[in-house]
Formats: sequence, C-alpha cells, structure tokens
Amino acid sequence: MSVGDSNLNTVENHANWNPVLELAAQEVFETMLGTHLDVASEPPSEDALDVTAMVGLAGLLCGVVTVRCSSRAGGRMASKMLCIDAEKAMAEMWDAMGEICNMVAGNFKNKISALGDGCMLSVPTVITGGDYSCRSLGNSTTLQVNFLFEEERIVVAIEIPG
Amino acid sequence: MDKVQVLIVDDSSVMRKIVERSLRQAGIEIEKVFEAGNGAEALVVLRDAKVDIILCDINMPVMDGLEFVKQLPGVENAKGVPVVMITTEGSEGHVVRALSAGAKGYLRKPFTADQVKEHILPVLAAKS
Repeated sequence: MSVGDSNLNTVENHANWNPVLELAAQEVFETMLGTHLDVASEPPSEDALDVTAMVGLAGLLCGVVTVRCSSRAGGRMASKMLCIDAEKAMAEMWDAMGEICNMVAGNFKNKISALGDGCMLSVPTVITGGDYSCRSLGNSTTLQVNFLFEEERIVVAIEIPG
Repeated sequence: MDKVQVLIVDDSSVMRKIVERSLRQAGIEIEKVFEAGNGAEALVVLRDAKVDIILCDINMPVMDGLEFVKQLPGVENAKGVPVVMITTEGSEGHVVRALSAGAKGYLRKPFTADQVKEHILPVLAAKS
C-alpha cells in the first residue's frame, strides 16, 4: 500500500492514513518479531500503558509517532526480537521499543509517497512510568490504531498538526 | 567464502544483535564482530580493526551514517572495505545519497534474513 497526496496537511487526508499506520506496524511486527498484530476494537485502559516509545517527524510532515504498551509487553517484544527468554530481555526492553517505534515511523513514512525525501526521523526516545501524559503539539490530530500482541495491548499512534 | 570480520554501526544494541544474527542465518561465517554506536565510534574502532564489511545505520547521534561513509576514504583500515547501509530511511533520495557517498548496498528496515542474504552476500562476494 502506498499513499500519495501533494496536500499533506489536511485533516481529511490524515484520516485516510489509519490503514497505512496499521499496515506499517503489522509489517514491522511480522518481519522483525515473527508475530501478527491483530487490530483491537477498543482502546486499552491508560493505566495499562506504562512505556511510550516516540520518534519525531520533521520536514514536509511534522509530528510524533508513538508506540505504547505495558513494560511486560515491551519485554515480550524484546524477547521476540532477540530470541531470548523474557526475563533476560527486560534489560533490552527500552532499546527494543525505541527501535520498533523507529521502524514503524520509517515504514509509515516510506508508504506516504508524497513525502519523498522531505521528511526526517529523529532518534527514538523511550519513557516509562505510571502517571504521565504526552502532549507534543498544541493543535494536533491523533491517528491511533489499537492492537493485540499475543494478548497484550499495544497502541500505535501518530500525532500531527491540523 | 572465508570467515569474515564485520563492523556493525547502529545506535541500537538490539539492532546490532539482530543484524549479527541475520548474517549468521544467511549462512555468512563470522570470525569476529566489531560494534559501534555511531559513526564517530566506528572511526575509532577502525583505527585498530581490519574488517571485511561494514554494515551501517543512517540515523544516529553524534555522527550519522552518511557522514561516516564520507570520511572512510581517509581511513587506512577502511580502504576497499564495502559498506552496506541498513536503515529505516527508505526514500530514493536517501538511497542515492548513500550510494553517492560510497556505500555499496542499501537494506531497508524492517528486513528478513533472506533480504540480508540477498543484499550482503553479493557485496562480500564482489570484495573477495
């Protein structure tokens, strides 16, 4: 799937990007973790999401891509990526989450053909905790896809102006 | 093909491990893996290490992959050593810039072991 549109900053156009975001995340999990992500109909409880990986977009499209989940789910992702047991993988959870978010952001960006060479990614940031909220832009739209990763809840989102 | 020495440059230690595992899965026999977290660290590694191939990310702090590749002609231990970029940056412009800077190959993340084989084996074969 590839989406091309010269007008990247219309809310109407952003609304069509949800399937692109969904596919971008699913491809990353299938290729790097060997796991299919099922779409969940309901968003998870905010309390269940204590890890957030973020990658910034700058240039033709500005915004932030986030991957949010529980630390237990993050550990399982690291375990799957590295083919090591979940307990050992916890030490790699931050790095793994950052890299997953980086690949989702890159894969998403590569599917929006109109972005071409005009959108750059930041290095990833990962934050953890039980009581925080992220607000990157004052007036923004958030596109969000809720997934089930082996019964764990994952939220992949992009926050963009408009 | 003889056993190879590899330099993997990526700011993610998880990704460095995945790249190494993918090389082994691709049937590449590895004698030694050198690792660096960015281009500047990789230049330090190359002061002492002689490697057969360099696998390098683009987006990294301190010194990115493109700048690193541009600096390689001045590094004695890097002469004739092929570089393959492994990165999330998949636009045509990035590929062109990487190849213009001197990279011999370009692999987009996410990648499969088969894609690693497809992109890296020919580069190693051409070197040997």
